[in-house]
Amino acid sequence: MAENTYDAIVIGSGISGGWAAKELTGKGLKTLMLERGRNYEHIKDYKYGTKPPWEAPHRGSTTKEQQEKYPVIHRGWAANEAVMECWTNEQESPYTEIKPFTWWRSYQLGGRSTLWGRQSYRWSDFDFEANAKEGWAIDWPLRYKDIAPWYDYVEKFAGISGNKDGLAHLPDGHFLPPVNLNIVEKDIAVRLKKYYKEQRHLINGRVANLTEAIPGRTQCQFRDRCWEGCPFGGYFSTQSSTLPAAVATGNLTVRPWSIVTRILYDKDKKRATGVEILDAETNQTHEYYAKIIFLNASALNSAWVLMNSATDVWKGGLGSSSGELGHNIMDHHYNLGASGSVEGFEDHFIYGRRPTGFYIPRFANLYSDKREFTRGFGYQGGASRDSWSREIAELNIGGEFKDALSQPGNWNIGMTGFGEILPYHENRISLDPNRKDKWGLPVLAMDAELKDNEKKMRTAITTEAANMLDVAGVKNIRTWDSGHAMGHGIHEMGSARMGADPKSSVLNQHNQVWDALNVFVTDGACMTSSSCVNPSLTYMALTARACEFAVAELKKGNI
Amino acid sequence: MAILLGSTVIGADLFLSGCTNEHTQQILLSDTQIGYLNEVAETILPKTAASDGAKAANVGLFMKTMVKDCYSDEERKVFFSGLDELEKASEKAYGKGFISCNAQERRKLLIALDAEAKDYRKKNDLLQQKEAERQKSSQASGKPNYLKKTPPAHYFAMIKQLTLLGYFTSETGYASIGYVQVPGRYDGDVTHQV
Repeated sequence: MAENTYDAIVIGSGISGGWAAKELTGKGLKTLMLERGRNYEHIKDYKYGTKPPWEAPHRGSTTKEQQEKYPVIHRGWAANEAVMECWTNEQESPYTEIKPFTWWRSYQLGGRSTLWGRQSYRWSDFDFEANAKEGWAIDWPLRYKDIAPWYDYVEKFAGISGNKDGLAHLPDGHFLPPVNLNIVEKDIAVRLKKYYKEQRHLINGRVANLTEAIPGRTQCQFRDRCWEGCPFGGYFSTQSSTLPAAVATGNLTVRPWSIVTRILYDKDKKRATGVEILDAETNQTHEYYAKIIFLNASALNSAWVLMNSATDVWKGGLGSSSGELGHNIMDHHYNLGASGSVEGFEDHFIYGRRPTGFYIPRFANLYSDKREFTRGFGYQGGASRDSWSREIAELNIGGEFKDALSQPGNWNIGMTGFGEILPYHENRISLDPNRKDKWGLPVLAMDAELKDNEKKMRTAITTEAANMLDVAGVKNIRTWDSGHAMGHGIHEMGSARMGADPKSSVLNQHNQVWDALNVFVTDGACMTSSSCVNPSLTYMALTARACEFAVAELKKGNI
Repeated sequence: MAILLGSTVIGADLFLSGCTNEHTQQILLSDTQIGYLNEVAETILPKTAASDGAKAANVGLFMKTMVKDCYSDEERKVFFSGLDELEKASEKAYGKGFISCNAQERRKLLIALDAEAKDYRKKNDLLQQKEAERQKSSQASGKPNYLKKTPPAHYFAMIKQLTLLGYFTSETGYASIGYVQVPGRYDGDVTHQV
């Protein structure tokens, strides 16, 4: 038993799990990090990231075999030969779609932290206060002032590049120099600012890519191949950032191939005592014990672990006493936007490949802007010159055709909207009673959808995108809306929300499970509303904040 | 930025086609056929003063890999019968096979086939309008449309696309566009091309 006992257990090794491991080990706790998938070592295991792009035999296309193995991943843009092995094997780990749900999973060390889009934005009190002001769902148990110092803290360590734009609804942070906008984007930014009288802004994307080196990591080399794995450590991932720091303390043990099947619960002490795992390779069951547990298995799988735990006490699982566990599933809805062509910059070119583009922060339902829906949306986009994959109307084949394609084509610009999804109690996930995965464990059933507010917002997202391009002088504007299945935004959240009242929330203001105060959930599961900005930076900040609290409580003997 | 390019790689949606894998173990293209496809590809993207052509990038071998691993049975069928059709078109126009044609004849033949492929696509696009309308109504109700399926392209569209993809993603092709592997910085306004 002693050899299976630690001070802390962290379940999951993605963005928030990596942070939990770094913080807890940094505070002197002997910590066991459990990862359900394979080990995935920094640099060594980056199959294509260290090779020239032409060495990928299908040059990015996926094979028929991969298409059959990963049908969900092939619904979106993420099906690329270079990273297919990073995605979860969908045959081994299926899930049930009561309503269409696109779940992007990476079961390996680092989780989605090596694959993420790296956009990093702070929430503001417009976000934290929205539920309370509008009477939607429940209030957040914290405000911007509670999390602001933790945003500072995680930004300094992770390395976020961005510009200080002075917007109250998108607070500035501790930024490295921004990744530049190109000449077309700068021109459009000026036009938008003028036309909308400083109510709309086109700003530099704020991104977890280093524009200056920080200890142990080299600055971004502008290859734009982040998700293939960066040998320079140019962007934040568990592998490049939090894991080496945790390892350096000498307090970390990592155990891959460890599927946590349940959290062990002592009903007399009302505390968790440890976890049970199933070794994914040997199918053997093991138990590990600790004083505190950080559950960071990703938004939906953290709920899965809770639902599968302490069922002898609560039928719905640990943390289910409020009736909210697995409910209030949110995401950001996208797959829509506008694009067009830009004239007048034919003599201007680009050098290097950015890992980001521009961002247009929310403007809907802010200040004097009032809509027929609530909440808002932002856009990510970029201007660039057409590549060889364009068509040239007057040329079909031949040397002239080839030489023309080898040159940059016309400038174009495009932007994709990301909209807030409200927390609806009926948008939920549950354990499917009729279906098991490869290891005989119940799978999740997804029952969530967009509702009227989101649908109305989608109309505004495409309309406003086209309007903005139009006033900026963009030509040949076209809008698109490919529809949105929940989960497709890869920002799933809300399955174990925070709140001030144990009757209506799963977690308290410190991310503690109300029903077991030594269990902390600090990934997307904890979110009480979704904002419209990318959530990972907030998970980092909430995790670091909860770790500080947890260790203090441990020292006081409260948990 | 793939969204902006507005083009999809043939084979991208074939996971929905429900075809079997039975041919993937076979050697689908012989060395002679690879050589043949290299000649066709070289006619589409020939060596110029500026850069090497498709043959130098061995695009024929790339086609073999793609057709073997990434094409559906339905697409393979179109591709292979297309090789016969290309020969027939050559016989019809010049009374000899493609390899026996001189550069000028090859070029003329492929320009005609390119026009044929574009007409075919236009017709297909019309046929797909109904499908697009169906999708539009499903979008209005907020449902995703990832289950759409597009009919196979014209064989010459396949060959041309594989040629472009194979060439511009080869070391030769990357050199032709001035690709720098590790740029080290980003400059969004260069007034002369680097």
